[in-house]
Amino acid sequence: MSQEKKVVIDLQNIRRDFIVGEETVRALRGVSFKIYEGEFVTIMGKSGSGKSTLLNTLGCLDTPTSGEYYLDGVSVRKMSKNERAILRNRKIGFVFQSYNLLAKTTAIENVELPLMYNTKYNSKQRREAAIQALQMVGLGNRLEHKSNQMSGGQMQRVAIARALVNNPAVILADEATGNLDTRTSFEILVLFQKLWKDGKTIIFVTHNPDIAQYSQRNIFLADGKVKDDTVNNHILSAEEGLAALPKNEED
Amino acid sequence: MNWSNLFKIALKAIANNKLRTFLTMLGIIIGVASVITMLAIGQGSKQSIQSQISKMGSNMIMIMPGAERRGGVRMGSSDMQTLKISDYNTLKEECTYLSAISPSVSSGGQFIFGGNNYSSSISGVSQDYLKIRQLEVEDGEMFDDTDIAQSAKVCVIGKTIADNLFTAGENPVGQIIRFKNMPFTVIGVLKSKGYNTMGQDQDDVVLAPFTTVMKRILSVNYLSMIYASAITEGQTQEAINEISDILRTNHKLQDGKADNFNVRSQEELSSMMTSTTTSMTILLACVAGISLIVGGIGIMNIMYVSVTERTKEIGLRMSVGARGLDILTQFLIEAVMISITGGLIGVLLGVGAAYGVKFFAGWPIAIQPMSVILSFAVCSITGIFFGWYPAKKAANLDPIEAIRYE
Ligand SMILES: Nc1ncnc2c1ncn2[C@@H]1O[C@H](COP(=O)(O)OP(=O)(O)O)[C@@H](O)[C@H]1O
Ligand SMILES: [Mg+2]
Repeated sequence: MSQEKKVVIDLQNIRRDFIVGEETVRALRGVSFKIYEGEFVTIMGKSGSGKSTLLNTLGCLDTPTSGEYYLDGVSVRKMSKNERAILRNRKIGFVFQSYNLLAKTTAIENVELPLMYNTKYNSKQRREAAIQALQMVGLGNRLEHKSNQMSGGQMQRVAIARALVNNPAVILADEATGNLDTRTSFEILVLFQKLWKDGKTIIFVTHNPDIAQYSQRNIFLADGKVKDDTVNNHILSAEEGLAALPKNEED
Repeated sequence: MNWSNLFKIALKAIANNKLRTFLTMLGIIIGVASVITMLAIGQGSKQSIQSQISKMGSNMIMIMPGAERRGGVRMGSSDMQTLKISDYNTLKEECTYLSAISPSVSSGGQFIFGGNNYSSSISGVSQDYLKIRQLEVEDGEMFDDTDIAQSAKVCVIGKTIADNLFTAGENPVGQIIRFKNMPFTVIGVLKSKGYNTMGQDQDDVVLAPFTTVMKRILSVNYLSMIYASAITEGQTQEAINEISDILRTNHKLQDGKADNFNVRSQEELSSMMTSTTTSMTILLACVAGISLIVGGIGIMNIMYVSVTERTKEIGLRMSVGARGLDILTQFLIEAVMISITGGLIGVLLGVGAAYGVKFFAGWPIAIQPMSVILSFAVCSITGIFFGWYPAKKAANLDPIEAIRYE
């Protein structure tokens, strides 16, 4: 990877302890790495290795016990709660394993949600941006569908559109394909590869080693520490993978 | 902060959850309505008791012979004879604050009709006595001035006397009953008043001209009492002062000399009235307090639960960039809208239910603006607070904790 690229994320010795009763669970035990603009990184590791905790920290959804985190060159640790909220609103797009859409709410309203908390958008601009994001994930014809009227794959696409809509510096996805069947997982992967080619920075958490082959760089976590950090020189095309799937699999 | 967006968000949240909104509102509606209805019923019975008491004649004044003696000192017989008919006549002519005045002398004994006898007492009074005691002649008529001038042997009897003497169902009017071997013609029967609040039978009375009782039965020249009625309850004190002045002049009492008579307003009644009213007020305050607490707890529970249940939603909103203040404002707007709407519906329903009780059960009601304001305010404020408080708690969490909340 080229050194002159801009650093989007800089983690320095991040630790996260959870106090559970008498015990302390050390979910992250000193994690350090840098992620550059335009990278597609997968974070892998066994269940319980600290992947979600790490991603939540990157997404400013959780506060580390210690360590420094610079997002776009700004120290997150020194920020107030409100500043972190604004950061989540403007610089981060987060995709959850379980979609986390608002219930009984249309696709477009779900995608508009981040912009509702951004005064720079008026209702017209908000709608336009939401439609554009939904078109990008292939749901341009499902704008008014409610979250409970959609399939898992469609809900995850809405969630991805919601993560895209504010044009964030980084897109974070935690097991985004974990709840989906193989075909739908590939479709989501195709989408992420397309976003990456459009220049987005993507961090994709998964416990499935196969998925690593579709990204550019793989970080392996074990027991809350980075065990391995490798560059993948043979990035597979998710589109080809999808085409190779037997057609009659779950539809 | 973008108020119009937060308003839109709050409205959408309410519209997307009609059932939850309705149930939350229902808590407030029932809280407000029950307080208003309970208080309207309580206040209604309080007022009806008050009006019953005042119907008994709370502007009644009693003039008794003798100085006011407290502490069990016996009055000498001369003290007992200070009220004369001349006093009655002067008061009747000169008092300006009185609407009615009647002398009173009485004698106990047996009334006999045919084979029936009944122990009671005969009261010598004037026609005004009816007005003072709020009595009415139902059958026949009251004696008149001529009967008084002639000391006529006529009487008007109460229902209890009539029932006990005329057991065969005869019409008492025109019959002759005997009292101490003296024949009295019954010329009227009083309308029944039943028992008063102190448990006395108000129909156990026989009224006769005071002249008849004084001359023919007791052979005395003094009165045992004078009853009077002030024009209004508020003028009772002026009337008492006036009566005292007139009687002192009449009795030629010099300054510094104590009264040889005693003027009182209907003390038992007024003290009873205050004690009834006080206990009623305490009771009402308890009812109001308990209803408000019960209503408030209901609202608190449903608001608290329904907002706590949305912790995940709060976490999700924060994860896409809502600030704590945005969350709080949204939930405050929701709570205010639900509470105020619920409160208003509750007021309408409470007032309606109170009138329903009046219409169907015939109970007296009185809707107090204060109870409407109080219940509305308490329920709305409780609703708003417990809609805001759990939201504040959730907004203080890290977004991921809120999202994971079960
Ligand atoms: N909120 C929490 N409270 C207590 N322990 C937690 C919490 N979140 C995660 N952990 C613990 O931290 C460790 C890492 O969890 P997690 O980051 O979810 O792993 P992964 O996503 O890799 O499966 C686990 O041992 C887990 O039990
Ligand atoms: Mg995980």
